[in-house]
Amino acid sequence: MNPDEILKFLRLTYTALSDGALLALIALALVLIYKATDVINFANGEFMLVGGYIGYQLLVWLQVIESPSVAVLLAVIGMVVATTLVGVLVERLVLRPLIGEPIISVIMVTIGLSNVMQAIVGLIWGKNPRPLPIDIIPRFSPFRIELEGARRPLNLLPDTLIILVIAFILVGGLLLFFSRSKHGIAMRATADDQQAAMSMGISIRFIFALTWSLAAIAAAVAGLIIAHVTNGVSGDIPGVGLRAFPVIILGGLDSIAGAIIGGFAIAFIETFASGYIDPGLKTVSPYLVLLIVLMIKPYGLFGQKRIERV
Amino acid sequence: MLSLNNIEVIYNDVILVLKGLSLQVEQGSIVALLGANGAGKSTTLKSISGLLRPENGEVTDGTILYEGKPIQNREPSEIVRAGIFQVMEGRRVFEHLTVEENLRAGGYTADDGGAAQRMKLVYDYFPRLAERRQQVAGFLSGGEQQMLAIGRALMAQPRLMMLDEPSLGLAPMLVQNIFQIIKRINEEQGMTILLVEQNANIALSIAHYAYIMENGRVVLEGKPQDLRENADVREFYLGLTEVGNRKSYREVKHYKRRKRWLS
Ligand SMILES: Nc1ncnc2c1ncn2[C@@H]1O[C@H](COP(=O)(O)OP(=O)(O)OP(=O)(O)O)[C@@H](O)[C@H]1O
Ligand SMILES: [Mg+2]
Repeated sequence: MNPDEILKFLRLTYTALSDGALLALIALALVLIYKATDVINFANGEFMLVGGYIGYQLLVWLQVIESPSVAVLLAVIGMVVATTLVGVLVERLVLRPLIGEPIISVIMVTIGLSNVMQAIVGLIWGKNPRPLPIDIIPRFSPFRIELEGARRPLNLLPDTLIILVIAFILVGGLLLFFSRSKHGIAMRATADDQQAAMSMGISIRFIFALTWSLAAIAAAVAGLIIAHVTNGVSGDIPGVGLRAFPVIILGGLDSIAGAIIGGFAIAFIETFASGYIDPGLKTVSPYLVLLIVLMIKPYGLFGQKRIERV
Repeated sequence: MLSLNNIEVIYNDVILVLKGLSLQVEQGSIVALLGANGAGKSTTLKSISGLLRPENGEVTDGTILYEGKPIQNREPSEIVRAGIFQVMEGRRVFEHLTVEENLRAGGYTADDGGAAQRMKLVYDYFPRLAERRQQVAGFLSGGEQQMLAIGRALMAQPRLMMLDEPSLGLAPMLVQNIFQIIKRINEEQGMTILLVEQNANIALSIAHYAYIMENGRVVLEGKPQDLRENADVREFYLGLTEVGNRKSYREVKHYKRRKRWLS
């Protein structure tokens, strides 16, 4: 292989990895809610949007603090607290009154909710993109990879690696929470059989509120990362959220592992299809692959089938 | 410990299922609640545990007193925390969770400190669960799932455990086995047990007192040995008939007794 090709391959892989981690995080927010409540949250992108703007606003207020890392830390903590509240509020005011209604009505309501959230963000912050006042991830100078015979060296941004690490920590933390903690197990139990979970003394309201909050936090962190990558918050954030839908359909709507693997799979498909075949394939390629996968595995790669004993 | 006084339960605001049901559960005893399909046994348990709500049912009259305090129409989580745990009909294990995770879900309301000890207790009563602790519950056999359902209840350390048809769909040998364990739990843990069954024979073999219900009311109650003597019970619930009776005569008698109970 010629050195230029090797460098190109490295570059695409590097991009796909960080993009995949981000998609996995967004998809996880969707899967969480679907697993616990059977609702596909079409307002997920707007949770990212609102989270991103809240993070932005906190950074604006906190930029007076001398040390930028302290300011960023406080802003992130503040954003987590605020989005937790947004999650609880949305569950309490919008979704809980709908318990018992047909799922399709609930899904329609999440679509309505997405419009409302966009409108609110528009009212408060206007339409113009706004750059983050402080870099949430320090902008180190790029690594440079040179290969003998290559026409140009490859420059890789360290941010990408940091994003990958952040996403891994968050996703790993959630996985641990689900497998080890009592509330995590209660969430999965509720997803399995709601009434039986109630008979264990698990409060379904608490579990739903917890689910929406965790999903809102994951979405907000994703929103803020996108703001960093795209040099600011803007109305384009929910568009990235849309890319998570093929991810969860590929991975299986109710599979956490599926969200993670699906996230990377879609990112690799998009990046390599556009990098090697045609840039126009970036948006269509996931759907093409999806079509083929669903013909073979209708529940997605990792979707739960009903367990049937014989 | 627990007393239901003339309770009435209505589903969906119109379907009256319990029509003035009363029963008492003494601390430390095993009380059996027997009756045919649709008599309202499960509804009775759900009215105590608070699980009627999600089915759109409600206690509309009468009182349910637990340790002297009214508990009707409370949230299930409050009832479990107060020490009453219902093992639902049909086992209802969390299929995609492992045996151990199911047990941890059962201990959700109990303090975490004693969890390891309680889990050991469950595995002592049900060694088969210990062998399968990392296995996904959906793939357990029916008997093992029933053991797991009871094990989950033990994890909550309730003072009153309510079991809804634990014999459902199990082979006779296994039913014997599970009922012996229920009896041991009652004796060794001092746990009060309210047991709903269609299999009157086995339930009467371990109960200290029994109620028979029909159509949303208690029609007969007494000590197991007295009930066993009762001709109606022998005929309708234990499947025994006096030999030598002419069939037609028996059917008349049957009809009369039914009538007497229902009136
Ligand atoms: N959620 C519900 N909504 C409406 N009616 C119900 C509901 N649950 C039970 N019923 C009705 O209440 C009556 C009693 O039901 P219940 O389940 O309490 O009977 P059961 O004695 O437990 O019967 P089985 O032995 O078959 O379990 C039945 O006629 C049933 O149709
Ligand atoms: Mg029943």
